[in-house]
Amino acid sequence: MAATEYTVHGHGSHGHHSHEESWISKYIFSQDHKMISKQFLVTAIFMAVVAVMLSIFFRLQLGWPGENFQILNFFLGDKWAPDGILDRNAYLSLVTIHGTIMVFFVLTGGLSGTFANLLIPLQIGARDMASGFLNMLSYWFFAISSCIMIASLFVEGGAASGGWTIYPPLSALPQAMPGSGLGMTLWLISMVLFVVSSLLGGLNYIVTIINLRTKGMKMTRLPLTVWALLVTAILGVLSFPVLVSCVILLIMDRSFGTAFYLSDIFIQGEALDVTGGSPLLFQHLFWFLGHPEVYIVILPALGISSEIISTNSRKPIFGYRAMIGSILAIGFLSFIVWGHHMYVTGMNPFLGSVFVFTTLLIAIPSAVKAFNYITTLWQGNIRFTPAMLFSIALVSTFVTGGLTGIILADSALDINVHDTYFVVGHFHIVMGLSAIFGMLGGVYHWYPKMFGRMMNTKLGYAHFWLTLVCGYGVFFPMHFIGMAGAPRRYYDYSEFPFLDWVMDLNPVISIFAIIGGAAQVLFIFNFFYSIRHGQVAPQNPWGANTLEWTTPVKHLHGNWPGALPEVHRWAYDYSNPAHEEDFVPQTIPLKPGEVGH
Amino acid sequence: MKLLILLVIVLGIIAIAQLAKVSELTRSLRQVREEDISLADNKMNAFLMLVWMVVFFGSTIYLYVVYGDYLPDSASEHGAAVDRLMDINIIMITIVFFVVNFLLFYFSFKYYYRKERKARFFYHDNRLEMVWTLIPGISMSFIIVYGLITWNKMTSPAAADALRIEVYSKQFDWTVRYPGDNNVFGTADFNMISSDKTLGLVTPERITLQIDTIDGEIAAIKQKLSEGTELLPESWVESMEDKIYRLQRHKQRILDLKEFKAGDNLSTWEAGADDRIVKGEFHIPVNREIEFVFRSQDVIHSAYMPHFRTQMNTVPGVPTRFKMTPTITTKEMREKLGDDSFDYLMLCNKVCGVAHFNMQIKIVVDDEANYNAWLKKQKTFVAQIEEDEPKGAVVPSGNSTVIALADGRSM
Repeated sequence: MAATEYTVHGHGSHGHHSHEESWISKYIFSQDHKMISKQFLVTAIFMAVVAVMLSIFFRLQLGWPGENFQILNFFLGDKWAPDGILDRNAYLSLVTIHGTIMVFFVLTGGLSGTFANLLIPLQIGARDMASGFLNMLSYWFFAISSCIMIASLFVEGGAASGGWTIYPPLSALPQAMPGSGLGMTLWLISMVLFVVSSLLGGLNYIVTIINLRTKGMKMTRLPLTVWALLVTAILGVLSFPVLVSCVILLIMDRSFGTAFYLSDIFIQGEALDVTGGSPLLFQHLFWFLGHPEVYIVILPALGISSEIISTNSRKPIFGYRAMIGSILAIGFLSFIVWGHHMYVTGMNPFLGSVFVFTTLLIAIPSAVKAFNYITTLWQGNIRFTPAMLFSIALVSTFVTGGLTGIILADSALDINVHDTYFVVGHFHIVMGLSAIFGMLGGVYHWYPKMFGRMMNTKLGYAHFWLTLVCGYGVFFPMHFIGMAGAPRRYYDYSEFPFLDWVMDLNPVISIFAIIGGAAQVLFIFNFFYSIRHGQVAPQNPWGANTLEWTTPVKHLHGNWPGALPEVHRWAYDYSNPAHEEDFVPQTIPLKPGEVGH
Repeated sequence: MKLLILLVIVLGIIAIAQLAKVSELTRSLRQVREEDISLADNKMNAFLMLVWMVVFFGSTIYLYVVYGDYLPDSASEHGAAVDRLMDINIIMITIVFFVVNFLLFYFSFKYYYRKERKARFFYHDNRLEMVWTLIPGISMSFIIVYGLITWNKMTSPAAADALRIEVYSKQFDWTVRYPGDNNVFGTADFNMISSDKTLGLVTPERITLQIDTIDGEIAAIKQKLSEGTELLPESWVESMEDKIYRLQRHKQRILDLKEFKAGDNLSTWEAGADDRIVKGEFHIPVNREIEFVFRSQDVIHSAYMPHFRTQMNTVPGVPTRFKMTPTITTKEMREKLGDDSFDYLMLCNKVCGVAHFNMQIKIVVDDEANYNAWLKKQKTFVAQIEEDEPKGAVVPSGNSTVIALADGRSM
């Protein structure tokens, strides 16, 4: 295999290639998977800060409608927040861009980009990704699309404002709202570039996992992180192209006079010259990506937490094969459930009932995963590292948020809570909080691998407890607001007296949001401060079994000095009674008589 | 104020930095490593898990008690079935919520790290896996079957004698149309929309009027163009020519409209004459099946009637429907709630633009007699049009369009 013949750079003895890398090729146009991973992470942190700030801006309006906040004027200016009161169009823009950045740039690009790049080569024992060049391109497309998305916040008319799902005709007609002008165009361009980035990354991940595993690394010995990242990449490669076609058809409708999504429209005093299209076509195409997208977000987080929970419980993950099976089942089912977003669109009710069936089936593999996590904790020896805390919280949010999904999946019930705050609460807990917890847990856990230093544990504790309490504090009460009949994406609810009695929850939610947002400063500070000032990390700080901890602390291009490690066992031999230590790295050969996994 | 905010932020960051430094220093003095989680830290977090669980469960119960009665009893027939289904679902998921979160946080608390202990090497058990595949499997089957029975009932075709009412949406209000005494809706077409009162209803007079208007607009633009275009920007001339082309296509689409027979001696073009169009509030009779037919003029809206557990999107180009039978009149509901100002509402629940948050219409559920009396008071389409646009007073509005376009709008 090509990888085993690879020559290590800087290893010295060989004559060729032992050059010093220039600053630019090391930090900017790097083709090293570890550097690319860090680039993804830092970009995602920046995007997350922007998205969280946007959400706090609109939470101020929702918590205290019409109240004058000078801080809004300070950040958004006179046009978007005259006299410190959020403009109505600006409100919709903030909501839209918050959602877009969080879903795509933080939890898809950021999460997969960071951990697939870092962990795939290190955990399967490869020198690098199959194609370093494509990998670099993947990051740079991501960076450009991030810039365009941020730039769209500053254009005349404001950023896209039809919600992150950009349903036409609203998004297709510049007459319909100011945000459907240039802001929308930039949104679409940014999204096309983003998908290019995802595809380049995804193909690379799949090829690397299939071809570059080191000797002995059978598929049934892969850590669950890699399994999760593999299925995520496959989902992305199969579904993202559909989003591109969906977006390109919308660009055609907007700019070239076609009518894929438009028909029978009279707007601003004019009957448009378009007939024969269907807005529902857009929704089918969009959700064909949109639903797998949810699992593209959550699966890497579940993979990360499997690894962290097993390591820090000092106990093998329970039901390794069942975990793989449920990841595959979730991946497969995620492609045939998209219609549950469309029960109230006028889609054929019988088709709706098929989607009820497939959607509720997903509860089964999800339940298997949840119970396997809990059984892994049972009779474990749990070390509360910040990463472990976040992973335990992830299981809680995954279950809590998943359960309300049962109500939304049931078409008869969805009718009354569709597009209300119930939905907002549901997906923010099940995929927002869970995926963010997975991401934060992953950062705390693999920080020593990324930067060769340790993060501060005490700050990590403070960060975790504040984030958990505020996370639930923000999103849990939303279910009750939604069940009382409050639609989402409303600027102000004061026109609806029948909602008055639940609206006292809104300031509470906003206060939790502000504290929770502020708590992230602890993390960001810890993250950047520790890059230079943290304790120098030992090689295997957590006593983990996987291969990444057999590499030197100081990064090498090519990962391992000398030969690649050989794998003799699965990744989860924690507290194996046949061994003295409570962990047995994958590189340790089986003892005579020991049954391998 | 701005300065103060910035100052607080900067001071906060400095404070954290100093704290971190201090803790760093004491750690290196005591030679504590970040990765070594002390017994005290493990105990503290284990204890916090328990505290958190109690707080979490406590606040959940509080929310259930205070906000659990999310809406008044359903005011529609299918809504009562939906509420029963909802109750059962909520009971089931609440039980699972408490059990699973309890196990998770309790195990986290109980099995915190102690040096002398070794975790149990337990990694596989088919019986257990079977248990938590089958239990969700069986519960899901129950939920699916019960849910689909309810769903099939509520989405079955409406009865032949159901009262059909059209709900028409546009940015940012609702209009409602009743089929009139002949019980047939007149044809409506988006090419025929001229004001928000007409909904694009097709009658022979409206067609003549609409074509006259278009011809007038074309003539006005041609007039402008013939007055000499040397001084005008080329793009404006192009956009005017484009506009003429589009107006001609518009006219052609109107000429293509077809007339059908809607019954004995009644064409679909005539049927609209006695349709009644209302805004601001609309009435429906209690205990009678109503089939709503939804149309939209511009973008997708959603007709959400939470008190009836009813919602359906309104989609331009794709008519949608939903049937329901109201069971409680507005008067009865007011008495029930002890609130004289209570009204049923239809809200827009699909983001549709800047005033989305206030797109509503009042629904009044009356008994049959009051409903009929109210309906009789509403003007028919023909009567309303005659009142608004007395014959001969209509001036083609071509000129204003040209002026509007001249200020730079090219579309």
